[in-house]
Amino acid sequence: MAVTVKIPTPLRELTADQGTVEADGASTLLELVEHLEASYPGMRERLCDDDGELRRFVNVFVNGEDVRYLAGLDSALSEGDEVSIVPAVAGG
Amino acid sequence: MSYAQALRCRECEREYPLEPSFFCQLCFGPLEVDYDYEAISKVMTRESVAAGPPTLWRYAPLLPCDPAYKVDPGTGYTPLRRADRLAEAIGLDTLWIKNDTVNPTWSFKDRVVSVAIARARQFGFTGIACASTGNLANSVAAHGAHAGMDTFVFIPDDLEEGKVVGSAIYSPALVMVRGSYDDVNRMCTELSHDQPWAFVNINVRPYYAEGSRTLAYEVAEQLGWRTPDHCVVPMASGSLFTKIWKGFKEFHEVGLIDEPRTRMSGAQAAGCSPISTAYAEGTLNFRPQKPDTIARSLAIGNPADGYYALKTMQDTEGGAEMATDPEIVDAVKLLAETEGIFAETAGGVTIACLKRMVESGHIRRDEETVAFITGGGLKTIEAVQGQLTEPLRVPASSDAFLEALEARRAAEAGVAVTAGGA
Repeated sequence: MAVTVKIPTPLRELTADQGTVEADGASTLLELVEHLEASYPGMRERLCDDDGELRRFVNVFVNGEDVRYLAGLDSALSEGDEVSIVPAVAGG
Repeated sequence: MSYAQALRCRECEREYPLEPSFFCQLCFGPLEVDYDYEAISKVMTRESVAAGPPTLWRYAPLLPCDPAYKVDPGTGYTPLRRADRLAEAIGLDTLWIKNDTVNPTWSFKDRVVSVAIARARQFGFTGIACASTGNLANSVAAHGAHAGMDTFVFIPDDLEEGKVVGSAIYSPALVMVRGSYDDVNRMCTELSHDQPWAFVNINVRPYYAEGSRTLAYEVAEQLGWRTPDHCVVPMASGSLFTKIWKGFKEFHEVGLIDEPRTRMSGAQAAGCSPISTAYAEGTLNFRPQKPDTIARSLAIGNPADGYYALKTMQDTEGGAEMATDPEIVDAVKLLAETEGIFAETAGGVTIACLKRMVESGHIRRDEETVAFITGGGLKTIEAVQGQLTEPLRVPASSDAFLEALEARRAAEAGVAVTAGGA
């Protein structure tokens, strides 16, 4: 089950400069973070704080929907979903 | 020259060079400009400021850009007006209106864009862009035209006609996105990673946001180099709110005023109130909302500076309120009828929340208060159209007019409610 993940510039140092990566077999956002960590070590620490929660200033969207409207890290993922990691401090 | 020294993460304090970047590469926290305040305090005196131009550039040493790159349509140094009639109507002894509707594109956004575009030119950008709820779009489009830059303006597709035309007239690349402001913002943030433009409120946001501090500098200077007891400020992203407080503190730091004791209170529409709701619930962690309000310029459901706005309320013993759409319309009318100032819906939010805060006792009658009116009413006439007293329609005859006037007065006397005002 593949999902597409959009990677913001500062995390591209972990993904060999790829702006978009594919991830297989994750049925929740939490699993996706684990998969990304396995493929791109260091990713989990950049996305999550010491308590394992998404960092305050990281926004994650699944198909354009902020996961804080969904179930946070427990949000379900399915085949073909587009996950976007976006810095939270933009706009206004 | 500029006295800006570096960018610093507000969360982990990691330092970065002055570049077009807006968040910490490590923890994603927001970057903020760091200045050499000691050097500024040596060049900036009350006299030197007073001798400056009647624009925000009178505070140039405190701006994060070289003024040589400025594009200056005359923004800032707007009137701070005593509002005695409004004060009486809502039950305050002393109220001031900071009237920022009179900027070149009729909103406070000209302040932030002035600074952003100067810094963008200093960086060597030839293209400028923004994600906007309308006012910013108007300002970026105008400044881009004035500077002769490639201009890209992204807005949600449900904005008021005045805000759409108010951008289109300057012929930018105007993009209406099917979605909310928060959708537009996410899309532009993604674009900013790869496009060679200065997105004023994204990749040059640390510089842009600093422009709002000039509102605080002006209020302090116009009050005779002192700060008020209470400020009421509209909140969308929460940036303006936090920067006004920062501006007061900096003015003290460079020795221009005594230590500020101002209480900072924020205003939101009930239909988009993530910050005010978090305040009411006593938490610093807001939950994003899907906006549904006539105050479209404040319709940001996922406010970037919500957390810092809530902290500022905590630090200053301030607070937050929210107003319903009918209250917003009534407040736009009240401000116009008592003070002759026609504000857009955001101004209605500010005045309606101010009224609520006085009624609840959050603002005491004897607190000298400044209300920030940040955008002009011709941008949002839809909000009040059909809710105002109908004009007398008469043939071109003086007798017909006098007759119609008599009839109107008789009708009004019959309906006593309209006579007493709001």
